Amino acid sequence: MNTNRPWWRPDGFYIYAVLYLTFIYLPVLFLPVFSFNNSKYIAFPLKGFTLKWYEAMVNNPPMLNALMNSIKIGLIVAILSTIFGLLAAKAVTRYRMPGRGPVVGFIMIPLVIPEIILGISLLILLSLADIPLSLLTVGFAHLLLCVPFSMLVLVSRMEGFDKSMEEAGLDLGENAWMTFWRVTFPIVLPGIIASLLLTFTISFDEFVLAFFLSSIEQTLPVYIWSSLRFPSKLPSTLALGATIFMASFIVVTFAEWIRRRGVRLDSTSGI
Amino acid sequence: MNNAVAPLGIRLGLRKLFLKSEPVRGYTLLSPTLLAMFLGLAMPLVVLFTLSFWLQEYLDFIRTFSLANYFEFFQKPIYVKLLLKSIRISGMVTIATVLLAYPMAYFIAFRVKRNKLIWLILITVPFWTSYLLRVFAWKIMLGYNGVINSGLKSLGFLTEPLAFLLYNPTSVVITLAHAWAAFAILPIYVSLEKIDRSLLEAGRDLGESAWMTFLRVTLPLSLPGVIAASLLVFIPTVGDYVTPSLVGGPRGIMIGNIIQSMFGQSQNWPMGAAISVMSMFTVAAMIGLFLWGTHSYRKRIA
Repeated sequence: MNTNRPWWRPDGFYIYAVLYLTFIYLPVLFLPVFSFNNSKYIAFPLKGFTLKWYEAMVNNPPMLNALMNSIKIGLIVAILSTIFGLLAAKAVTRYRMPGRGPVVGFIMIPLVIPEIILGISLLILLSLADIPLSLLTVGFAHLLLCVPFSMLVLVSRMEGFDKSMEEAGLDLGENAWMTFWRVTFPIVLPGIIASLLLTFTISFDEFVLAFFLSSIEQTLPVYIWSSLRFPSKLPSTLALGATIFMASFIVVTFAEWIRRRGVRLDSTSGI
Repeated sequence: MNNAVAPLGIRLGLRKLFLKSEPVRGYTLLSPTLLAMFLGLAMPLVVLFTLSFWLQEYLDFIRTFSLANYFEFFQKPIYVKLLLKSIRISGMVTIATVLLAYPMAYFIAFRVKRNKLIWLILITVPFWTSYLLRVFAWKIMLGYNGVINSGLKSLGFLTEPLAFLLYNPTSVVITLAHAWAAFAILPIYVSLEKIDRSLLEAGRDLGESAWMTFLRVTLPLSLPGVIAASLLVFIPTVGDYVTPSLVGGPRGIMIGNIIQSMFGQSQNWPMGAAISVMSMFTVAAMIGLFLWGTHSYRKRIA
């Protein structure tokens, strides 16, 4: 593997990588282009630059309401599923339990079932039990979807560190709660942050479950779905998409900065 | 332990039991998750299965056991045909996604020396856009006045836009292969990254060519990643109805569209439940077959 080629004579893999990135970026890059296009039709040729869709976005209460709903659900789901995932990850990595394999398999089922089936079976249960659809039912469905992801992330983080550090905490006279807070939590923190980000992202972008389980109060993807059918609403939806993209870019850059600090702390405090 | 009035002896006894018995502690920690999964997963699936044996009468269900939905499933050719078509489309998506992703994952794992993380982030950035908008983006790409048609026209290759680019099974495959790319690259990358580099050097030292080393060492060792990627792409795409309804057109519809319409316009929940159950079993059978196939392949080369 001695490839110290100069950049102007790339090898096949490098060319492939660039082509691949073009494939995954190109379609997505046209979305913000049309959010600045002075026409309500999403078609070429472009009609000139405008910011009016961003103005329309700010003055669109239903869309902003849907955005707020999605943020609310995303935050609550991220926190709850990370707590659930943390407890479950601790259970399966720290204790010998009979039936561990089947139990973990059961918790992972939402990952291997098409979402539409998860959605309709919940819809049937809720309607037979006479529970009205609301943002709460959407949040509950998102929790089911997110807990397995959270657990996977946290299990891999908890498997990585030494159980004896927790035992040392207990031996030194801390109670279980303080041991968790002062020993386990700081070590698992990067996993917790990863889990929060991942589950928020999943919930925020989830459409199928929200489509079946929401009523009048929409989440953002449900709103976007409806706007895809009404061309006049589309450009301001694209403007919102571009704005969210920029916001997540900032968040991820920030998270990466935190992670790097974490890695540095890890390596300086290592024994 | 929250009961301060209980006699000290009992409290200490309970505490001892709790601390001593690992299963008790483990299941206590698991209980919130298990409760949620029981209420939100096990019960709904049982109810789905039950409903598939009922019948719809206007807005009500006839709650007596009947196999009518399953008879209808096999009698009307549309259901089986659509299910098979969905599996074919998802299979093609899976193959395309994994084949396209493998060289990219290989590149990041073996050729990129520094800043691997930057490459991984570069790959995930496009997926921060809403799934719906990513799918919609292909309408912009392939549409009548879309990127490809306008581009070819302005370059003088076309006088009239090509209408066949959008609204067919191929556009569904392209769109899905794009939408799920990250789910294929990351697991393959992880499994390639885990491979002990000295094994590859050993292969080369023993006189194998680079290509044979790849076939006999790298590829088999990265198979877990390939399997994970295939499942991560295949399972969700079989049931997808967003992509077919946005870019598939009448010829591109899949089983998810039928299920969705049974719970929407058609208002026949029991039939929708039966189709879902049949889809679930078929997908499970396909996965079983796939895992059996990869397992015997691994045994043969081991």
